[in-house]
Amino acid sequence: MEILMAFIVGILFTAATYLMLSKSLLRVIIGTAVLSHGVHLLLLTMGGLKKGAPPILKNDTASYVDPIPQALILTAIVIAFGVTSFLLVMAFRAYQELKMDDMEQMRGNDQHE
Amino acid sequence: MTSLHIAIVAPLVLAFLIPLLAKYVRKIHTGWFVLILPVLLFVYFFRMIGMTSHGGTLKATLEWIPSFGINFTAYVDGLGLLFALLITGIGSLVVLYSIYYLSKEKEQLGPFYVYLLMFMGAMLGVVLVDNVIVLYLFWELTSISSFLLIGYWHKREKSRYGAAKSMLITIFGGLSLLGGFILLYIITGSFSIREMISQVDAISASGFFLPALVLILIGAFTKSAQFPFYIWLPDAMEAPTPVSAYLHSATMVKAGIYLVARFTPVFAFSGEWFWIVSLTGIVTLFWGSFNAVKQTDLKAILAYSTVSQLGMIMSMLGVGSAALHFQHFHYYLVAVIAAIFHLINHATFKGSLFMAVGIIDHETGTRDIRRLGGLMTIMPITFTISLIGAFSMAGLPPFNGFLSKEMFFTSMLRITDFNLFSADTWSFLFPVLAWTGSVFTFIYSMVLLFQTFGGKYQPEKLEKKAHEAPLGMLISPIILVSLAVIFFFFPNILSYTIIEPAAASIMPGLLDGDEKFKVHISIWHGFSPELFMTIGVAVLGILAYRTLGKWKKVYGLFPDKLTLNNLYDRSLYGLEKGSNKATRTYMTGFLRDYLVYIFVFFIIAVGGTLVLTGGFSYSVKGTAPIGVYELVLSAVMIAATFGTVFARSRLTAIIALGVIGYTLALFFVIFRAPDLALTQLIIETISVALFLLCFYHLPKLSFKPKTKTFRITNALVSIGVGAVVTLLALASNSQRSLESISSYFIENSYKLAGGRNIVNVVLVDFRGFDTLFEITVLVIAALGIYGMIRLRMEKGGEEH
Repeated sequence: MEILMAFIVGILFTAATYLMLSKSLLRVIIGTAVLSHGVHLLLLTMGGLKKGAPPILKNDTASYVDPIPQALILTAIVIAFGVTSFLLVMAFRAYQELKMDDMEQMRGNDQHE
Repeated sequence: MTSLHIAIVAPLVLAFLIPLLAKYVRKIHTGWFVLILPVLLFVYFFRMIGMTSHGGTLKATLEWIPSFGINFTAYVDGLGLLFALLITGIGSLVVLYSIYYLSKEKEQLGPFYVYLLMFMGAMLGVVLVDNVIVLYLFWELTSISSFLLIGYWHKREKSRYGAAKSMLITIFGGLSLLGGFILLYIITGSFSIREMISQVDAISASGFFLPALVLILIGAFTKSAQFPFYIWLPDAMEAPTPVSAYLHSATMVKAGIYLVARFTPVFAFSGEWFWIVSLTGIVTLFWGSFNAVKQTDLKAILAYSTVSQLGMIMSMLGVGSAALHFQHFHYYLVAVIAAIFHLINHATFKGSLFMAVGIIDHETGTRDIRRLGGLMTIMPITFTISLIGAFSMAGLPPFNGFLSKEMFFTSMLRITDFNLFSADTWSFLFPVLAWTGSVFTFIYSMVLLFQTFGGKYQPEKLEKKAHEAPLGMLISPIILVSLAVIFFFFPNILSYTIIEPAAASIMPGLLDGDEKFKVHISIWHGFSPELFMTIGVAVLGILAYRTLGKWKKVYGLFPDKLTLNNLYDRSLYGLEKGSNKATRTYMTGFLRDYLVYIFVFFIIAVGGTLVLTGGFSYSVKGTAPIGVYELVLSAVMIAATFGTVFARSRLTAIIALGVIGYTLALFFVIFRAPDLALTQLIIETISVALFLLCFYHLPKLSFKPKTKTFRITNALVSIGVGAVVTLLALASNSQRSLESISSYFIENSYKLAGGRNIVNVVLVDFRGFDTLFEITVLVIAALGIYGMIRLRMEKGGEEH
C-alpha cells in the first residue's frame, strides 16, 4: 500500500511542479494547492498505514494507528488553507490592478535603467 | 603606555584636534600647528640613535587583544629607527613646505592636515611595531590616508581615478599581505616578528613557506610600486605636490622596502626570495627609468624615477640576502649597506626634486616640459636645488647619489662572482640591466633639469609670469639638498649611527655578541670597474641626451594597447561588464526561471545524494495490503491530477482540484484518520467555494502558444521532482530504524490529559504551541486578505 502511495505522491508532485512552472498565475496557485495535497499524503504514508484502529481510545482495542502524523497534517492543512486563500486573493487583486495573468509579463526586472 | 606608544599615536590624536584649529583659528595657517609635532617626534627619535648604534633595542608592549596574541608591541631597532627618522624628518620639511604651498584662503586645510597626520601616524606604526596584525592595521591605514590625499582635489576626475587605482592595487596587496601573515602565524603560532625570526627553521621546513613568501612579497611590491604593480604611482601624481613628495617618494612607497628588509631574516634563506626580490627589483629599475624618459610632465618623470629607484633598492636587498649563504658574507653585505644608504639618499634628493617641481608648478602654472624653459636666470635658487637633486639622482659626484650608485654597481658585479642558486649562467644580466637602467636614469635627470631650466624662456606659453618662490617654500628643499652634499663629503657620519644598526637588524644572525658589520663608505676607491661604469653612464648618457630628438621615436614603436595601464583599465572594465552580463543571463526577472533553478538544484542535490551515498533501498516488508477501495481511489486521484494539468478551462481545473481534495479526504477515511477527513472535507469545500467566488473575476486560463523547449524543460523538471520525491518516500519507508514515539501519547492520552481522542489531545495538550501559532497564521491570513481587498493604492502610491 505504501509503495502505491509513494507513486501517487510522486505523480502529485510532478503535476504540481509542472503547474507551478507555467505562465498563468491561476495555474501556479492550483499547483501549490496540488503540492500541499501531495505533502499531506506523503506525511500520512510515512507514518505507516492501516496498523490499527483509529486513534480514539477504547477499552478493548490493542493497537492504534500513529496519531502524531495526523496531528501534524491537521496543522498543515489549516496553514495550507490560509496560504492558498491568501494567494488566491492576491492573484485576484493583481489581476484587478494589472489586468494581466501572465507571469512573463509580470516580471519585475529593470525597467528603470 | 610608554612614551614610544605615545609617539606613534600622537599624530593620530592631533588629527582629531586639527579640524577645530582649522575652523576657529583662521588667522594662522593650520600647518604651523601641525609642524610642531613632527619636529618634536624627530628630536625624540634622534635621541634614540645613541641606543641603537650600540646594538640596543627598545620594546614596549601594550595589551590589546591578549587572548588572540594581538598586542600593540612597539619595537625600535636600527631599521625601525631609520624609517622613523625619515618619516618625521621629511614629514617636518613637507609640512613646512605645504604651509607655503597651500593657500589659506583657497584650500580646505583641515582635511589636508588631518589626512597627512593620519598618514604619518600610520607610517610610524608600520615601521615601529612588532606584531604583524597591528602592522597590517597601520599598513591599511597608510593605504586609506594615501587614497584620501590623492583624491584631495576630489572635484577633478583624474584625482578620483588616481585615488581609486592606488586604492585597488595597494589594498589588493594589503590583503595578500594579511594572508601571508596568517600563514606565518599558522606555522609559528605567534604574531610577533621577533618570534618568527627565532623560528626560521620551522618556517623553512613548512609547506606554507612558499605561499607565505609570495603573499608577503605581493604586499611589498604593490606598496613599493614594483613591476608590474607600479602603474598606480604615476596616476597618484594628481595629489598636491607636498603629498607626492612625502608619500610617493620618501615614505609610503618605502613601506614595501621596509617590509622586505624586515622579513629578510625570515625568508632570505631560500633561493626563491633571492630570485624574486632581486629580479623584480632590477626589472623595475630598468623599466621605470626607460619609461621616465618619454614623459613630458615633470611629476610623471619623477614618478617613474621613483619607481626605478625603488627597484634599485629592492634589487640590492635581494642580492644582499646572498650574504646569508656565503662564508665571506661581507662580500655581499655591501648590497644591504648600499640599499640602506641609497634609501636615505633617495629620500633627500627625490624629496627636494618634488618640492622644486612643486615650486615651478606654483610659480609658472604648468609642469609640462614642452612649455617650460629658460628658467635658470629667473629662478636661480630653484635651479640650484634641481641641479643638485638631478645630478645626485643621475649618480654624479659630488653628491650622495654617486656614492650609492657606485656601491650599487659593486653589489651587482659581485653577483656574477658566485654560484648560488645556479646564478652563474644568468647573473651577467644583473650588471647589464643595472648599467643600462643607469644610463636612462642619467638621460631623464638631464631632461628634467635642462628642458626646464635650459633653452629659451617662453612667457607666452605660461599662465603666470615666472618668478622666484618665496623663501619659506625654499627652506625645505634647501635643507634636503644640503644633506645630499653633506652625505657625499662626510658619508661616514651615517655609517655607524644609522646604516650599521639598520644592517644589523636586517641580517641579525650573522653577528656574534658585540661584533659589528664593517661599514666604511669611501668616496675614492681607486680605478675600479665601478668607476669606469659610472664614466660610461655619463658619456653615453650625454650622447643619448644630445641625440634624444632622433631616437625618441623608439617609444612610438611600443603600442599603447600593450601597456599595463591599458591592461588594468580593460580588465576593470571587462570585470564590470562581465559581471553585469553574467548577472543578466541568470537573473531574468521571470519567476519560472528561478523556480527551475530551485527545482533543478533540488533534483541534483537530493537525487544526487541519494544515488551517490547508496541511500536508496526498496523493501515491501511490513507494508499494508492493497484493497479494492484504495485502487479505485488511486485511479480517481491520478485522473483528477491529470485533469488539473491538462484542463483547458479554469472551471475544469478548479473542479479537478476539488476532486483531488475530496479523494484525499476519502483516503483519510480509509487510513483511519477521522479528524483529518473531517477537516479536509470542510476545508476543501471552502477552498472550492473561494475559487468559485473568484471565478468570475479571475482571468480565463491563457494558453499562449508555448515553445517546445519550454514544455520539454517543464516536463523534465517536474518528472525529475516527482521521481526524486517517490524515491525518497520509498527509501525512507523501507528503512525505519527506530520505533515511533507515539506509544507514549497513546498510553498517556487519557491518564495525563483526560482525553480519548488522541489526535485532539496532541493538538491542544501535548503539542498545544503548534496550534496556537497555526491559529495566528489563520488570523494573519485573514487580516492580510482584508487588507488587500480594502486598501487601494493610487498610481502615485498614496492610500485613499
